[in-house]
Formats: sequence, structure tokens, C-alpha cells
Amino acid sequence: MDFMVFQYPMISVQACLDGILLGILFALIAYGMALQWGVMNIINIAQGDLVILGGYIAYFMYLYGIHPAWGVIVSPIIMFFVGIAIYKLVINKVVDRDLFISILATFGISILFMQLMNFAFGADVVLANSDYGTTMLFNNNVVLPNSKIFSAFISILFAICLVIYMKKSKLGRAIRATAQNARAAKILGVDTEKVYAATFGINAALCGVAGALISITFTIHPYMGLPYTIRSFMIVIVAGLGNLPGVAMSGMGLGVFEEFADYILGTEFRIGSVFLLLVLILVYRRFKLSRKREYLK
Amino acid sequence: MSISRNNLILYIGILIFGIAAPFLFPAFKVQLSILCVLIVLATTWNIQGGEMGYNSFGNILFYGLGMYLCASVQVGMFFPLSEWTESGGEKTFVHTPAQFFQGMAVGLIVAAVVPTIVAGLIGYSILGLRGHYFAICTLGLGVAAGEISGGIEIIGAGQGFTTPPFPDVGSLDSRGEFFYFLSFFVLVLTFIAVRGIYSTRFKLILNAIRDNEDKAEAMGIETMKYKIVGWMISAFFCGLAGGIMGGLVGYIDSTDVAFDGREMGVFMVLMAILGGKGTLWGPIIGATVFHIFKEGFWTFFLGWQYVALGVLIVVIVIYFPEGIMGWLREKYPERFGEVVDEKDRKAQVELK
Repeated sequence: MDFMVFQYPMISVQACLDGILLGILFALIAYGMALQWGVMNIINIAQGDLVILGGYIAYFMYLYGIHPAWGVIVSPIIMFFVGIAIYKLVINKVVDRDLFISILATFGISILFMQLMNFAFGADVVLANSDYGTTMLFNNNVVLPNSKIFSAFISILFAICLVIYMKKSKLGRAIRATAQNARAAKILGVDTEKVYAATFGINAALCGVAGALISITFTIHPYMGLPYTIRSFMIVIVAGLGNLPGVAMSGMGLGVFEEFADYILGTEFRIGSVFLLLVLILVYRRFKLSRKREYLK
Repeated sequence: MSISRNNLILYIGILIFGIAAPFLFPAFKVQLSILCVLIVLATTWNIQGGEMGYNSFGNILFYGLGMYLCASVQVGMFFPLSEWTESGGEKTFVHTPAQFFQGMAVGLIVAAVVPTIVAGLIGYSILGLRGHYFAICTLGLGVAAGEISGGIEIIGAGQGFTTPPFPDVGSLDSRGEFFYFLSFFVLVLTFIAVRGIYSTRFKLILNAIRDNEDKAEAMGIETMKYKIVGWMISAFFCGLAGGIMGGLVGYIDSTDVAFDGREMGVFMVLMAILGGKGTLWGPIIGATVFHIFKEGFWTFFLGWQYVALGVLIVVIVIYFPEGIMGWLREKYPERFGEVVDEKDRKAQVELK
């Protein structure tokens, strides 16, 4: 336990800013989760592994001398097709089935990806160095790497683009219609199969962007996927499906929570605290809902 | 519970085979003990996953808890625990045979009782969750337990915990035999308990909860009470299995051995589904088939096991969700005491 964070206010400011910048990234991943959950009614445990795979694409570009920031463009394009491939091979068989089947099937995909990435890229913790320098704030008391600011900016940009796309484009309308009522959409001539594939592809592409940004700002490792899945799941259940401001806010809240947990409990309990928070949120939600049910009785 | 004559012969046959197995296949004692543990895990997972419809990824919590508790009690009864874990691999303390067996006995009791209490305590909050929320919540519980126990110094933190080595009691391979008979005993205990449960009203209540919980509640069943009891039974045997496995493996690591959600946590779900959820024999058959497959083919995959495991999960879940028992049931419905109306069947075929 370390309570430095309360004695020096500047550390709190640092933790808050770090957390908010991190949380924007989480919100981007969670948006993808909410999209597929809302449209296809599946929970994708492999979400985090798609993020890490996207990160490795950016890292590879960095290894070959290309600036990793370009990964933000390349990685979603590759990941879009990876997503469609996963959809065609596995997901289309679990869409209409029990949710647990989709959880278990994507759990299998997650294990598969984890191990394949471990073979392909090694078990080292890697980072694509972007050389963006740092920004000093408040008399040099708060240090913010420019890469984090860059990543938050890019995430917001992608989120805005996606929202506009979903509102204006034909495919976006089809996706929203399918989310509302898949059967009715089918009757009215929407090719739901295509919509599902596109949704999963878009989700994977979002993961690709987030992964590329994570490889620039933080570190990536083949086994680090599951925490990202859990974070995005948590954000979605706190914010609710289809509530974008809520997703952004709870993402930032989670980021700040994590930074403070890191300072107070120590880095070794960081991931553990995320998972515990998930359990606490679900239990809180259960008691809140059960009160409502009793009230209805 | 009534046992028919055929079943009795079958049970006695299996019992005799189980007792004779380590002498028939002396090279496979450790594998057979692991098989017993796997069957216990799959059978007890089936109590919630199959009969109650609560698909838990979190039974690994009780397994890991039992493992740590058994080893800690075994060491802590005679020696200072913190010094034991600090010394790591180099043994400064040695258990005498009497100390080892006493420690193991007390350790196993603690390993069974404490997870049961834990299940009872958290049951009310966790089992109120439905469907996928329950699945993800228990997944989170298992991973959180692994991460947190990996940060606790007294049980070895990140560097792991070496369980007491088996004492020298004369004959050469008494370690293998001891652990085999221990795990086989627990397996028999589990089977008797589970079979007993399945022949009572309790099982019907669990099935009612699986089929429609709200209706079961409306029929006047206190579903929460039964769900918690079901989970506690699972926790009891998972803790026992964990305690034995800790002694068998000889080394406990927080995320790779004890709270190993990626291996054991998935294995128990997979074995139950492979054999057939919601049947008495399904998990047993599933665990046996899975273990033989795993041990037989793992060496060929060499390093690719997890890839194979991932593919296996996807294939079983998508193409074989009914499991072996479900498949047999569809193929030979008469054997399961089901009467098939040929007319109805034909009509259905025509409809297709």
C-alpha cells in the first residue's frame, strides 16, 4: 500500500490524465464490443486478442523501419479481413445459438490466437517506439508522452468517423436495423448475413486501431488479451448497449480507476483489481436488478 | 437410491478395475491419478453447468483455493510457512512420514471445507446473475484469484510454492500408489455423492432451474437455496481435487497450476460438454476420452498443444454440443428408456 498519491496532489493529476487518455482507448475497444453484442448478440472473448494482433501489425511495421503511426491505417484494413475470416469460419455458426456457446467458442479462438501469436512473435513484451517526445504540464510536475495524446486523439477521430458512418451510410443503416430486429430487417430485404460479417469486420478493425495505438503508447504481449476483453465487457455493461457517451465516460472512469489502483496497490495487483472490479460491478448490478424485480412483483 | 442388478455388476467391475489399475499399468500411475482428478472436476462442473444450467468458468477458484490451502496447512502445521516459501526449492525442513500424512489429512479436510464455505458466502451474490453474466463473472473471479494470489508473499507470490516432497517410506513407488488411491477414493466418493443427488428430488429441482428459473420460483421452489447448495457441493469436491493435484504436481504456481483458467478451468467445461452435459456418465466418459486424447496426441503437437486445444474447443462447441451421451441417446433411444413413436418420427422426417 502506498498513499503517496494522496500526499502529493500532482501525482493524482498525473494519474487522472493518464487514466483518461488510457480510458479513451478502452472506450474504442468497448464500442466494438457493444456493436457486435448489440447486432449479433454474441460476446467475443477473443476481443482482446484481436487488439493484441492489431498491435503486432503496427509493431512489425516498426521493425521494418516504417513509422508505427502508419499502423493506425494499415492495421484496421488487415484486421477487417481477419475479422471477416473469423466470422465465416466460426462466428456465423454461433450467432443464433445460446450465448454461452459463443462465449466458449470465442474462448477457443482466444486460446488459439494467443498461442499462434506466441509462436509468431515470441513471448517478449514489446513496444513500437514512436519518438514523439513528451509534454510537460504544471511546472514540469506532470509528464505526458505525446504518443498518449496522439492515441487519444486518433481514437476520438475514429469513433466520430464511425458514428457518422453508422448514421449516414447504407450499411450503417442496415446494421442498425438488424440490431433492432433481425427478422424484420431480413423481411425488408437486408442481407443480414452480410451485415453480420461487416459488423464483425468493423469490430475487428476497431480492435486493430486500438491495438496499433496500444503498441505505440504502452506495451503488447501475446497473453495480454483477456484483460482488454474484460475491460471492454465491463464498460459495455456499465454504459449499456448503444450509449456512446456512456461508453466514453465509463471507459475514462475505468482508466482513472486503474491508474489509481496501480499507484495505491502496486503494479502486481493492477490486472487483479480490474477483474475484481468486474465481479463487484456485476454483483452490484444483480442486487440493483433484483430490487427492481421485487418491486415489479 | 436403488441399484439394479446389471448396474451393480458394472459398478463392482469398475471398482475392481480401479483398484487393480495401478498394478496392471504401473507406468501410468500418475496419469491415472490425473484422470481421476479430471473426472471429479468434470462431474462436479456438471452439477451446475449441466443440471442447473449455470455455466461456470469459476470452479477453478475452488480448485486453486483447495490446492493452496492443502499445501499451506501441510507445511504450516509443522514449520513456519513464510520461511518455507522463502527457501523455495532448497529444502531446509523435511517432513517425517507421520507428519506428512497427518498434514495431508488435515490439509485435505481444510481444502474441502473452506472452498465450500467460500462458495456459500459468495453464492448469494454470484448466483443471482443469469446466463452469460454469470459465465463472465465467474471467469473474472477465477482470473482475479490467480492474479491476487500471485502477489501474496506468504504463499510464494510469483515464484511459486513447492509442496512437501513425499517422504521415504521404504518401497520404491509408494508415492504413485498413494496419490492414485487417494484420488481414486475421492473419485468413488464423488460418484456416490453425485449419483445419490441425481436420484433425489434435488436433481429435479436443479433441472427445473435450468429449464425455467422464473417458473420454478413461481412453483414455490426457493431456487436460490438450491443453487447455493449445488454450488457448495461442487466447491467441496473441487477443493479436494485441488488439494490432491497440488501434492501430485509438487509445485504450485498461481496462474499456471492453481488458478489455471486457461487449462484446467476450460478443461472441465470441455470434458463435460464432450461427454454430454446433464448426464451422470457423460462427464466421466468425456474426461476419459479427453485425457486419452490429450496424453496420446499432446506429444505429437509439441508446443502446438494450445493451438490444438483452441481448435478442439471450437470444433466441439460448434459441431458436437450434445456430447457423446447426447449422440448415443439420439442413436439408441431405447437404451435410455425412451419410447420412440415411429409414426411421429416419420412425420418429422417428412416435414424436413
